[in-house]
Amino acid sequence: MSEGTLYDKVWDRHKVTELPTGQDQLFVGLHLIHEVTSPQAFGMLRERDLEVAYPELTHATVDHIVPTADQSRPYEEDAAEEMMSELEENVREAGIDFSDPTSGDQGIVHVIGPEQGLTQPGKTIVCGDSHTSTHGAFGALAFGIGTSQIRDVLATGTLAFEKQKVRKIEVDGELGEGVEAKDVILEIIRRLGTEGGVGYVYEYAGSAIEDLGMEGRMSICNMSIEGGARAGYVNPDETTYEWLEETDYFQENPEKFDELKPYWESIRSDDDAAYDDVVTIDADELEPVVTWGTTPGQGIGITEEIPAPDELPEDKRDTARRAQEHMRVEPGETMDGYEIDVTFLGSCTNARMPDLRRAAAIVEGRQVHDDVRALVVPGSQRVQEAAEEEGLKDVFEEAGFEWRNAGCSMCLGMNEDQLEGDEACASSSNRNFVGRQGSKDGRTVLMNPQMVAAAAIAGEVTDVRDLTEVQTV
Amino acid sequence: MSGNEVDIPEVDSASGSGIPIRGNDIDTDQIIPARFMKVVTFDGLGEFAFFDLRFDENDDLKEHPMNEERFQDSSVMVVNSNFGCGSSREHAPQALMRWGIDALIGESFAEIFAGNCLALGIPTVTADSETIEELQDWVEANPDGEIEIDVEAETVTYGGQTIDVTVDEAQRKALVEGVWDTTALMKSNAGEVRKKAQELPYVGDDQIPDPAD
Ligand code: SF4
Repeated sequence: MSEGTLYDKVWDRHKVTELPTGQDQLFVGLHLIHEVTSPQAFGMLRERDLEVAYPELTHATVDHIVPTADQSRPYEEDAAEEMMSELEENVREAGIDFSDPTSGDQGIVHVIGPEQGLTQPGKTIVCGDSHTSTHGAFGALAFGIGTSQIRDVLATGTLAFEKQKVRKIEVDGELGEGVEAKDVILEIIRRLGTEGGVGYVYEYAGSAIEDLGMEGRMSICNMSIEGGARAGYVNPDETTYEWLEETDYFQENPEKFDELKPYWESIRSDDDAAYDDVVTIDADELEPVVTWGTTPGQGIGITEEIPAPDELPEDKRDTARRAQEHMRVEPGETMDGYEIDVTFLGSCTNARMPDLRRAAAIVEGRQVHDDVRALVVPGSQRVQEAAEEEGLKDVFEEAGFEWRNAGCSMCLGMNEDQLEGDEACASSSNRNFVGRQGSKDGRTVLMNPQMVAAAAIAGEVTDVRDLTEVQTV
Repeated sequence: MSGNEVDIPEVDSASGSGIPIRGNDIDTDQIIPARFMKVVTFDGLGEFAFFDLRFDENDDLKEHPMNEERFQDSSVMVVNSNFGCGSSREHAPQALMRWGIDALIGESFAEIFAGNCLALGIPTVTADSETIEELQDWVEANPDGEIEIDVEAETVTYGGQTIDVTVDEAQRKALVEGVWDTTALMKSNAGEVRKKAQELPYVGDDQIPDPAD
């Protein structure tokens, strides 16, 4: 049993009572909602004649279905328009703040929460979206929930939940050139497996994590779920506080910052905290990781060979065989040179300013390969605006990228941004499941933003470190 | 109590004929592709369950157990490991439920998926891979054969034999005692919830509605 970790402390502070099921009833400090998973929950509320219990602790955005090209209303697609209207009506009725596209604050739910200062250390944060784990980067306890649980939270401000174990993942050392937070988490998932985190919450620690900015920490916490862990977090520190100070909430309520800081400090894991498991990873050893298969756990270093299914643990062989057939890769090859038709730079994993900056630095002065359709979809309207001001938009457009409006876009292909046929996509998103990007024959290769940029230029998966060398020689 | 009480049935057992869905790591994008989630109710989702595995680009039937006549009345889905991994979409169990599934037996389930099933009163019981494969083979050979899941006793009975399975403790209690729909249960603690909110340093008094409401 863990003791003295941030998880234990935040849990205890939010525990209302133990329910007859043995689960704990937890108070929810921030409930984020979006258009896909909330309408049914509001419907259930209406059926039972219930109201939203804590509208002031609830915040809405629209991200999954929002078109990233033409956003004029009504949306061209009826289903999208219906979902948007439903959300608008629900939030209006309940008095819930809504970062809608006319506000300039709209974006992917896991990008806007941190931007606005809604996401804070020591909060419990839930959303009907599995990548809610992202918010753990701030030392919040954040997890995705299903629609019936959304109903629970809307109606009661609480959630029935079972306490989990805590695994500390200590990443020490320094990340090398071309290696990013994304590679750290892909490596973790590859080592521990997509199921390795089931029953656990991950605490990310160690010098390599401490050296990361908030965006990198978010990329890592974001994909905790791909590793099977319901939540992941990083203890808050000066990097966290610096970010928070700049956000709307603390700009508008500066006194709150000093008021809350002792709380944030108090919930950090104790030095002598007990963990259920500890795993260490050497950051110096890592190289850019790419996936060769159809689960996020099927990753390899860019110079490594794709494994033969027979060499894998028995329960992984069947999935690996099917994955290799789908992806059309052979054991013994590397992913370097895998032909790419589309590149997608976006998603709640990697569509914040530093992600776009690093990718732009690769792209600058180069051209997107003739056979590649390249998209950049900023994570939020604020990221979009900042990137435009900084000239990144021009860099991307001059290189031949399409510059889009904020949303989930091709991360899951619920709007018009989808793969067609068996197109292969180099993607900075988080899931490479069959059909994820809108076409059931589509092929997704996950990688970090610089690697996506390099793939756009080369027309194939390529080691971004070689690309840099070639240019600078 | 308040007028919002709903009657929550106890689910101490489930039974029916089986349908085998083979393969590890079947994710929710396969169970219900995202393009069918552009809906504001769950009502029509049943027909889209496993859509891309059941239909080709021309909407012609592909080979899939859910397309087979003999499994049309099945209500117990028998799956392998890490079933339901991926997104938190409740659309996945909703689609299965609306297709006719009342219970799942498998080697393991993704956590959010199992939680979503529980919220619908659908048991997700587990057993080792060998047991599951035997059961899948048996279902294949006996598409009309009755499978009985005793949630409370943690057993599954089929073909004249009874095997031990595992039901997560919280899930077992919730189902057996009929407290799997937690809304009413938790709402009855509204006073304590308010108190908790007041204790938290980051929650402002103005963010806590009056209890009279
Ligand atoms: S960007 Fe992708 S993973 Fe993130 S919330 Fe949107 S659909 Fe989900």
